[in-house]
Amino acid sequence: MASGEMARREMTYTEAALEALTAAMVRDPTIFVLGEGIGERGGNFNTTKGLYQRFGPRRLRDTPICERGFVGLCTGAAMTGTRPIVDFMFIDFILDAVGELTNQIAKIQYMTSGRLKMPVLLRGCVGVGGGAATHHSGSYFPFFVNVPGFRVVVPTTPYDAKGLLATALRCDDPVLYLEHKSLLNVRGDVPEEDFAIPFGEARVCREGTDVTIVGVGPLVPKSLAAAESLAAEGISVEVIDPRTLAPLDMETILSSVGKTGKLLVADESFGPCGIGAEIAAQVMDQGFDDLAAPVRRLNGVHTPTPYSPPLEAAVVPSVEQVAVAVRELAAE
Amino acid sequence: MTISTDKLLSLYRTMVLIRQCEEQLARSYAAGTITGACHTYVGEEAIATGVCAHLRHDDAVFSTHRGHGHALAKGVPPRELVAELFGRETGCSGGRGGSMHLFSPEVGMMGTSGIVGPCILQAAGAGYSFQLLETDQVGVAFFGDGAVGNGAFHEGINLATIYDLPVVFICENNMYATEVAFAYSARNTDVAGRAAGYGLHAEQVDGNDVVAVYEAAEEAVARARSGGGPSLMECRTYRTRVHAEGMGESGYRSQEEIDSWKARDPMVAFAKRVVEAGDLTDADLQAVDEEITEQVADAVTFATDSPWPDPATVADHIYGEGA
Ligand SMILES: Cc1ncc(C[n+]2csc(CCOP(=O)(O)OP(=O)(O)O)c2C)c(N)n1
Ligand SMILES: [Mg+2]
Repeated sequence: MASGEMARREMTYTEAALEALTAAMVRDPTIFVLGEGIGERGGNFNTTKGLYQRFGPRRLRDTPICERGFVGLCTGAAMTGTRPIVDFMFIDFILDAVGELTNQIAKIQYMTSGRLKMPVLLRGCVGVGGGAATHHSGSYFPFFVNVPGFRVVVPTTPYDAKGLLATALRCDDPVLYLEHKSLLNVRGDVPEEDFAIPFGEARVCREGTDVTIVGVGPLVPKSLAAAESLAAEGISVEVIDPRTLAPLDMETILSSVGKTGKLLVADESFGPCGIGAEIAAQVMDQGFDDLAAPVRRLNGVHTPTPYSPPLEAAVVPSVEQVAVAVRELAAE
Repeated sequence: MTISTDKLLSLYRTMVLIRQCEEQLARSYAAGTITGACHTYVGEEAIATGVCAHLRHDDAVFSTHRGHGHALAKGVPPRELVAELFGRETGCSGGRGGSMHLFSPEVGMMGTSGIVGPCILQAAGAGYSFQLLETDQVGVAFFGDGAVGNGAFHEGINLATIYDLPVVFICENNMYATEVAFAYSARNTDVAGRAAGYGLHAEQVDGNDVVAVYEAAEEAVARARSGGGPSLMECRTYRTRVHAEGMGESGYRSQEEIDSWKARDPMVAFAKRVVEAGDLTDADLQAVDEEITEQVADAVTFATDSPWPDPATVADHIYGEGA
């Protein structure tokens, strides 16, 4: 078998992230993972599958159900020479640890003028889907982005899942690595060798000239699907995946808006004070003259997440809603 | 008493250093030189002194809002402490922290905290690092009786115990959290007894007796260092000044109670004891008093003469790597 053919394989998003984690744990013996069911069981979402058997019980340690406790523990660990990973399973559980997150983890580097680093990776499954209902469906992107000190990473492809996790595990800052439910089993080509994708570099997923869509998480594939059908109608859509929300690559967004003059920000998380509001404000500041129409936002409905399938479907932006918003923008 | 004369003198020196620094900080607060909160450790000096006497610079201490004494006992120079409270660039946190955010990782002072509780968890985390890295370092948390009702106490002690982490938890039970009596906040006020319920070694100690603290801490630190797991010491003590400078005594505790504890001043009791035992002389102790007075005066001069931090640096170090 030619080695060139081995270089890229198709694998799932979760498998790609696991590959990055495995490589990092081999390279860096100070990395350890805490969470519920991440030891022998390999993680509720297979995030640590096989690692316990390979790296042993101190580097993969199951915890009692005390999110605040183990996030606080990881804070102290990161201050003293190790690199903790908290695997929350569902990111909603992080809310029990908001004080440790916001008052401690995010502030330590600043308060010590960089004499202490805070290399903590906080990962978990986000988003609406599968009838998970309101305690297992949150995204909270705007909340994390609002706190100075965090890196907020939202991979949308297996390739990005691997490359961004590799960067997260070399980064000295606290990183929120947020994996959307609907993407975990998405398959794609992933290089076998180690590679890292820098934070703050958006990807232009599809080039176009009429309207720019910035999609967040699952709204990237949805926007791509909408763009495909809009192309048939003669509307040329550019789709941008910011990949990291903090830092946010405004340069790529602004240069796209410079070309299209029209912007839609599509994000499943809430609208008020959200990612779309922030991007719109920055475009207003720095790209106002390029705008040929008001910036549009499409967000999840600002409610708790209901369970029943028709209700659940009603709170998330659909491909059709993206298409409608783009058509309206194109007509402006 | 099997403690060497040198060690006795150094215990005394640390207690006097803390006391004199605190009294100076209280005066500076009254003069308006210190803004923000200033919680002094007067009356409780024996605890930080007796515990930190067993710690190395590479052991990690995590402390509370009442943390000046912990910082000094762990080795933060008084100049850096005073400069920090004066808000100067030369302070141990570069003026970014003030009283409740004293950081000096160089000597293992991993922070005082404006939030009650996290220090318990972070000390457990330091223990996690030291266990994983297979070093013989120790994590230590200092916290008040007010933290005992907080979830961090339960979660941190449980985690440290089930993972056998090298940690020493020091509860400074001064019977009040601000103005709320511990007897009001807890039906069971036996902190050591409660902690023992989690399955770790726990002991109640007279927190105003530096020798008792020193001896108990020797055992607890040695246990942690040698892989024997965590311990908790409940040190019974009393804060003889107000909760925070600028506050009054609003009647939540009686003058008789305050006076009875002032009569048990840990420094005075220690001095009496070592002189009576013939270990040290009044002249030895007086020499220390004078040396420290000079050191504190020097710290104030240093702080006063130090520059303010540069406002242009206000957003530096939010991230470790380029934003
Ligand atoms: C989580 C949290 N809640 C409230 C406060 C406000 N506060 C500051 S000190 C204090 C009392 C703490 O009492 P204790 O832990 O016994 O310490 P002591 O002041 O007696 O040394 C309180 C309630 C705080 N700092 N953190
Ligand atoms: Mg108290």
